[in-house]
Amino acid sequence: MEAFLHQVFSGLANGAIYASLALALVMIYQSTHHINFAQGEMAMFSTYLAWAMINAGYPYWIAFGLTVVASFFIGLTIERVIVRRVAGAPILTLVVVFIALLVILNSITGWIFTYTIKVFPSPFPEQPLFGPYISSHEAGVVGVSLVVLLLLFLFFRFTTLGLAMRATAENALSSRLSGIRVGWMLALGWGLAASIGAIAGMMVAPIVYLDPNMMSGILLYGIAAALMGGIDNPFGAVVGGLIVGVLENLMGAYVVGTELKLTVALMLIIGVLIFKPTGLFGRHFVTRV
Amino acid sequence: MDGMHVNKTRLIVIGIAVLVAFLLPFVVGSYRVFQFNLVLVYAIVLLGLNMLTGYNGQISLGHGAFYAIGAYVAAIMMDKLGVPYWATVPAAGLVCFVAGFLFGFPALRLHGHYLALATFALGISMPQILKYKGLEHWTGGVQGIVILKPQAPFGLNVSQDQWLYLFSLFVALFMFWLAWNILRGRIGRAMVAIRDHPIAAEAMGINVAAVKTLTFGVSALYAGVGGALGAIVVQFVAPDSFVALVSISFLIGIVIGGLASISGVIYGAIFIQFVPNIADEISKAAPWAVYGLFLLAFVFLAPKGVAGLVQLLWGKAEASWKRTRAQKTTLQS
Amino acid sequence: MAFKNMYAALVIAGFVGALLTGCGEQQSTGDPGVTDTEIKIGNTNPYSGPASAYGTIGRAHTAYFDMINEQGGVNGRKINFISLDDGYSPPRTVEQIRKLVEEEQVLFLAGTLGTPTNTAIHKYVNAQQVPHIFVNTGASKWDNPQNFPWTMGFNLSYPNEAKIYAMYLLENKPDAKIAILYQNDDYGKDYVHGLKDGLGDKAESMIVAETSYEVTDPTVDSQIVSLQASGADTFFNVTTPKFAAQAIRKVYDIGWRPLHILNNVSSSVGSVLKPAGLEKSVDIITAVYWKDPTDPQWADSPDMKEYKAWFEKYYSEGNIEDGFNVPGYVIAWGVAELLKECGDDLTRANVMKQMALIKDVEAPLMLPGIKWNTSADDFALIESGQLARFDGEQWVLFGDIIGN
Repeated sequence: MEAFLHQVFSGLANGAIYASLALALVMIYQSTHHINFAQGEMAMFSTYLAWAMINAGYPYWIAFGLTVVASFFIGLTIERVIVRRVAGAPILTLVVVFIALLVILNSITGWIFTYTIKVFPSPFPEQPLFGPYISSHEAGVVGVSLVVLLLLFLFFRFTTLGLAMRATAENALSSRLSGIRVGWMLALGWGLAASIGAIAGMMVAPIVYLDPNMMSGILLYGIAAALMGGIDNPFGAVVGGLIVGVLENLMGAYVVGTELKLTVALMLIIGVLIFKPTGLFGRHFVTRV
Repeated sequence: MDGMHVNKTRLIVIGIAVLVAFLLPFVVGSYRVFQFNLVLVYAIVLLGLNMLTGYNGQISLGHGAFYAIGAYVAAIMMDKLGVPYWATVPAAGLVCFVAGFLFGFPALRLHGHYLALATFALGISMPQILKYKGLEHWTGGVQGIVILKPQAPFGLNVSQDQWLYLFSLFVALFMFWLAWNILRGRIGRAMVAIRDHPIAAEAMGINVAAVKTLTFGVSALYAGVGGALGAIVVQFVAPDSFVALVSISFLIGIVIGGLASISGVIYGAIFIQFVPNIADEISKAAPWAVYGLFLLAFVFLAPKGVAGLVQLLWGKAEASWKRTRAQKTTLQS
Repeated sequence: MAFKNMYAALVIAGFVGALLTGCGEQQSTGDPGVTDTEIKIGNTNPYSGPASAYGTIGRAHTAYFDMINEQGGVNGRKINFISLDDGYSPPRTVEQIRKLVEEEQVLFLAGTLGTPTNTAIHKYVNAQQVPHIFVNTGASKWDNPQNFPWTMGFNLSYPNEAKIYAMYLLENKPDAKIAILYQNDDYGKDYVHGLKDGLGDKAESMIVAETSYEVTDPTVDSQIVSLQASGADTFFNVTTPKFAAQAIRKVYDIGWRPLHILNNVSSSVGSVLKPAGLEKSVDIITAVYWKDPTDPQWADSPDMKEYKAWFEKYYSEGNIEDGFNVPGYVIAWGVAELLKECGDDLTRANVMKQMALIKDVEAPLMLPGIKWNTSADDFALIESGQLARFDGEQWVLFGDIIGN
């Protein structure tokens, strides 16, 4: 029983990691209707920025804040300089652009910072505050994810900018006609997603260690979590992340063994999607002919 | 859908192209023959993927899985059952057709990103499944299977590399001919109609589910045939040969080559075969960064793929040629 | 539809082919790859892709040969070390090796990295009779002179290393309840098989839990929790650096205090134990056979000083904490020594002959007492190691050198 609880909590901790990346994916989806495969590598790169600042002697929270801001501008720039140029292209062309960004960021980071793992500090205390099953940092990650979720909810629900961004993603033409600067909304979406990704990266790194491939494994789980929860629903992304984390651990520990745990977890997720094609908390659309 | 009919000039053009392809192994060194052989293998896989994704609009980020199945079917048949290499190719195609057809059913319920995830999951899971201890007896587990390269038959005086290239070329030509026939026929039109207007297609009496699952099957068949040939050419299969990146690079191939274009898959195959090596030669420090820049450059310069760009340039050249000829005729008269 | 363009594609393919064949044909006397001024050596390493952490080994080889060449090369010949990226993908390794052998016409291949990648070329290089030496992976199959006389490995093989642990356990803790965490690939399974072989009949009763992880897993936390729950009092940790650090930290954090045996692959103080926490690594046991540059006890040994001087001058873009650079340096040293032994008889046959004549060679950075030995029917270069226990600061050697 103790081991079981331990597995569940360990799964929740992993799930919080997936959830935080899933939130960034949902964010970009809300504003552009795309899933950005480079999201994980952007987050990883941002985390290296924070690492470099902390190493240079900046206090944690200053480095944290600067990284979130810097990532916003990096995301914005990537949209304006690269993604913008293929705006009218088929979705698959965009996918290739995302893959290009992914490999470029991965390779450049490895080149600059080398591939040895780096310790990334946690802002949370070392002693476990919430019992033996979950470290303070892991609990902190869950907390941070929920705070980001709340902020996003407030932003999209109660600010004009948030509304404008949602409108742009929903129907760019109508938005333009109602006076929304569509181009800037997309860039803003990228910026915000990069910032959220940066937070995710800085939360993940103390757990998995910082290295250029830190996010490659997590990205798949993040996407799975986002889709399972409903890609247009930040709340769903968080729940999806937690479900995926726990499901994967329990599968590996008790059902199919670690060799096939990823395979079986993915099959279950796809199974869910077959019966609920818009995810657990996604909105249902009626197609207009 | 221009260009689906064949006129005389095009037949000549294709004839020359095939001739060049046949002569290629006799003018280049055996290592290059091996590389072009891989181009043929990739072209077959990309053709299948393009049918599914380019023509039918079903995205697949997991075709590496069918490629792997094809490769393992060939390797197991050759190594464990002693089947001759040429017989493994249709068998691999058939197995993958069934696998793809079956996968097509759940795929019916999934669209866009969800289908992308499902197929990507398939691609990610494949190495795990190949390593699974329950199948180890057949797959060789993490060690993989080493297979022997076939000799040329009938005492032909060509090297193993040349013979395999010619064999692959023969298979590739057949697969291209088959694809061309499928795509210009009723099924091909139905595939495109479903991609563009699924509801209208259904209203017109097209059995959407049947066409989509069938397309998935045929597409997997192509990947399987390619996989079998690839295994025979490389002489080795192992789980590490079929990681998720393989599927990604197939997708890159059809986008760079040109979506919904038969000729595009050849450009795409050339890209995924040669560009990583070029990137490696440019920078040892960060070859992937160079590869990524190549991807961006191609997407920016040829947003409709290389095939689209070639068509554009070809059209311009043709127009200007016609113009000069017209001017000449006016001058003469 | 752009069917007409197919012709263009094929013509372009033809041209590309014709262009490419133009280059790379080099004249040479006797065996390929050797001229009066140059020796060509081939290598593959993953410089791109998920395994690119190993790329630093290839860069270290290159940096070492830069130094050799600056010093005038070997017997007046410069070393042209051609290292290509295979991305750790076996089909690409086949392709790159064929390029090196058929087009670049290298004299031999050295330090090619990875088990699946080297397996893919094993038959080919032996059929072509190209020396395939200092193979940089710990599988035991490279020691097979009867069937593969052109292949010779470098590392202490994983199974042999695991047998050292097995011997230790049988002697000191015969009632151990062992839990194993291993990477789900050939490397991980080699260790597991080696341990089982070493334990013999007792393997069945001693090993109480085995679990694996995939390199794509974000963490191994869940596995550690399962292993602790098995009631094991001995933990055999067969993981690569990142996962090793995670495992060491997690084992400590959940209050599990087993006898912790860590594979040599991840024994670097700087790149594994420090990130995991030195205080959490106390009492871990490993088998070592080379000196860890981040272990303070070797700081004053002359070979280590030489290594650090080389690193600073020739590989300053690298990371000195990275334990992978050591085999990079040592293999390149071995290649240079081999070439000296070969003298002017630079043929492939002589390269293999000299490789099989290594007798009690004390290579730099090797642990005192660990010697290289080969013979015509023994193609395993390094066959011994010594156990060491981590004291919170450095690896403290204990016991005898084990192996032959």
